[in-house]
Amino acid sequence: MTEATTALTNAPLPVAPGRVSITRAVLRNPLGLSALIILTLIILISVVAPFFAPHSPTEVKIDKILAMPSSDYPLGGDGAGRDVFSRLIWAGQNTLLGALIAVSISLVLGSVAGLVAGYFGKVFDTTFSWAANILMALPAMIVLLALYQTLGGSVYSTMAVFGVMLSPGFFRLVRNQVIAVKNELYVDAARVSGLSDARIISRHILRVVRSPIIIQTAIIGGIAIIIQSGLEFLGLGDPATPTWGGMLQDAFSNIYINPAGILWPGLIIAATVASLVLLGNAIRDELGGPRASAARPRAKPRHGHAHARTQGTEALNPGSGNGPLLRVRDLHVGYGSIENPLTVVRGVSFDVTAGEIVGIVGESGSGKTQTAFSILGLLPRGGRVLSGSIKFRGRDITFAPGNEMQKIRGRDLSYIPQEPMSNLDPSFTIGHQLVEPMQAVFKISKAEARKRSLVLLARVGIADPERTFRSYPHEISGGMAQRVLIAGAVSCGPKLLIADEPTTALDVTVQAEVLDLLRDLQREMGMGIVLVTHNFGVVADLCDRVVVMQNGRVVETNDAETLFSAPSDPYTQALLAATLDDSPPRPPLAVTAAGTSKGKL
Amino acid sequence: MSETDTSAPLLEAKNVVVEFPMKGFRKAPFRVLHGVSLDIHPGETVGLVGESGSGKTTIGRAILGLVEPAAGTITFDGQDITRLHRKERRKLSDSIQVVFQDPYTSLNPTMTVGDILSEPLLVKADLKGSARTRIRELLDQVGLPSGAVDKFPREFSGGQRQRVAIARALALSPRLVVCDEPVSALDLSTQARVLDLFIEIQERTGVAYLFVSHDLSVVRHISHRVAVMYKGNIVEYGDGDQVTSEPVHPYTQKLLMSAPVANPVRQRERRIERHTMLAASSKEGHN
Repeated sequence: MTEATTALTNAPLPVAPGRVSITRAVLRNPLGLSALIILTLIILISVVAPFFAPHSPTEVKIDKILAMPSSDYPLGGDGAGRDVFSRLIWAGQNTLLGALIAVSISLVLGSVAGLVAGYFGKVFDTTFSWAANILMALPAMIVLLALYQTLGGSVYSTMAVFGVMLSPGFFRLVRNQVIAVKNELYVDAARVSGLSDARIISRHILRVVRSPIIIQTAIIGGIAIIIQSGLEFLGLGDPATPTWGGMLQDAFSNIYINPAGILWPGLIIAATVASLVLLGNAIRDELGGPRASAARPRAKPRHGHAHARTQGTEALNPGSGNGPLLRVRDLHVGYGSIENPLTVVRGVSFDVTAGEIVGIVGESGSGKTQTAFSILGLLPRGGRVLSGSIKFRGRDITFAPGNEMQKIRGRDLSYIPQEPMSNLDPSFTIGHQLVEPMQAVFKISKAEARKRSLVLLARVGIADPERTFRSYPHEISGGMAQRVLIAGAVSCGPKLLIADEPTTALDVTVQAEVLDLLRDLQREMGMGIVLVTHNFGVVADLCDRVVVMQNGRVVETNDAETLFSAPSDPYTQALLAATLDDSPPRPPLAVTAAGTSKGKL
Repeated sequence: MSETDTSAPLLEAKNVVVEFPMKGFRKAPFRVLHGVSLDIHPGETVGLVGESGSGKTTIGRAILGLVEPAAGTITFDGQDITRLHRKERRKLSDSIQVVFQDPYTSLNPTMTVGDILSEPLLVKADLKGSARTRIRELLDQVGLPSGAVDKFPREFSGGQRQRVAIARALALSPRLVVCDEPVSALDLSTQARVLDLFIEIQERTGVAYLFVSHDLSVVRHISHRVAVMYKGNIVEYGDGDQVTSEPVHPYTQKLLMSAPVANPVRQRERRIERHTMLAASSKEGHN
């Protein structure tokens, strides 16, 4: 086996960008960068207010009451003759400090409680979730107004209370994330590796919840500033301390005398809050990538493969009357931009004659599924046929528009998917999902469609068709679901059935039954089948002819018996050699040969 | 310690019962394992084959301490490990390790390969200093270049990720590795290479495997002995050749007959054989 598999290409280590820190990611994002600059400016100027502001916030000049901007008062004077510009800067200190208190308290309280509740569950989860629900049920503004006097009229202590009231936002976020991560296999692996709970939390859990916490912090910060300004606008807080909300109130009471006065505090509040929200969005956008790419990457074709051969396809179909049922010629399928598409299928040609079962076999990334989808006209978003032709019953459907394909699909051309469960709508009964398309295609009554559906369900080997007809998808097994989809696919008597890995998700005993069913149906109805699979056993069981694909190209087309007994392409040979059917079973462990000591690796 | 005694099993599970609580007030728990017994000797591979829902993964998780059995005992090297405290369990980490099915979710996507491999080494104080050398050794063993250290899991193919997972399992030189469908997410050719890697490591180090898989041909290739699970019970347990070539239990026979052979002529024969067998058994059922 080892010699044979060396013929298979050993993929080189990929070269890809390494770790992307949050800071660098945000700096790359123009929106994030400008938000960050504005925020830094506002914070910096507020911090150095004593050195930066031209006047004291309480300095009053009688002649400057509601004055227009001048060199002394760059933004004019307020209702008490104080410098609006200086007060804006001084007020930044107070407003930002209040927001900081609220955010810090909610962040620490919510995150810690969320971590504990999510990770340890049970009593912690019940108690903390209950407390969070109570807090969320309280109307924040009213509580704050009521507490304001009780707490001694300090904006800061009010903001501290507000922090507690905001903490369920962090709590729920962190708790849900932790619960999701806790069940990941890598956390199980860490447990088996002997890591303590504290280490698992710091190494695995915190890494994942870190970025959502940062995003939430930015947004909560914005909310805190708005609520605080709102409270001050209503007249709470010390009138002697400058705050953005207090300035807004002063400007509002003089709005008929100096309408422009309301502009400055309004602008600074808007700029700060908008920057915080935009920063949060930018972080989310930039960090959205790694989370997504943790999933299976889309297979990319490797370049530089020599054997692109489409042998014998012409010879195998010598003028069969009206020509083949399906004729694919030099098909290219690509994704991405028009100028520089990523080609996943490169020059695939094959034929399917009526009543023939053709297998398309290959490993992941070979382009077999993309080929099947382009025949159906159902390429995923961004994918399209670049060149070549697909002829179905003599008609060119390569670039047929959607509505025309829709007429062909579900009548002459049918499809069986890989994942039966995800292809049934969980909110409708099986019966509904069979009857509706039948009514649409055949223009028959509901009762007639129902009758036909029950016959079909019985035909595909479902023991109690009536009951299955009334069932919802979650009430039936995966094997049953695949039978239902097969029933739906053959309901219109298609000429060609495209089956994409139809048994891969099924248990081997169920797979055998489904393969039997497909074979019987094919014989009964005389339809052609294109069977996409990675399993050579399935190919051997069902197919008349086989197309072997690698990296988007056809490397061999052969009739099934010749392919298995005398494969011509080295890649096919290597693949067949990698099947374990004929490998000898491992002999029992000889007692003498057993590992008698714990060998050092 | 009976490290040199090859006649005594390294791991022994006796009548292990696992139940999962059902949702709803006072609902009877769902019994996943109905008293499963299993033994693994040092340096041996025991294959555990079964279909989805047969409980084959659960027995592996019980051995790893990730689920707690409701009854029965599991002994490792003479020590009862059925219900260990977290602390005692953590001491076992250098003896029992795991390779999971899905190399896409068993590696933390935010950690580099170096971080992932140093994780088990961090636990052992005496290994902290030599971690870097050890990681290079491990990568070399599983056939990955040492440049892989600074890369992230997403930069690797499925087969390469599974190699990283194997390296992580080997980091502390364990004596038993529970392999839960370690090749079923891989392409055919990758699967063959990873299986050869498993065998090669075993021959070199004498590690024992509990190899869980749904694929009879994979289990047959790697296992000295094979156990067949069906609905929470082991229905057949014996030498790999016997169980996978001439099974005795009707379920194993059905399993064997259902797996298609990559040869049209032989597959046709097998299909006919299977239909005859099914017809015979349904006749029996009617009588």
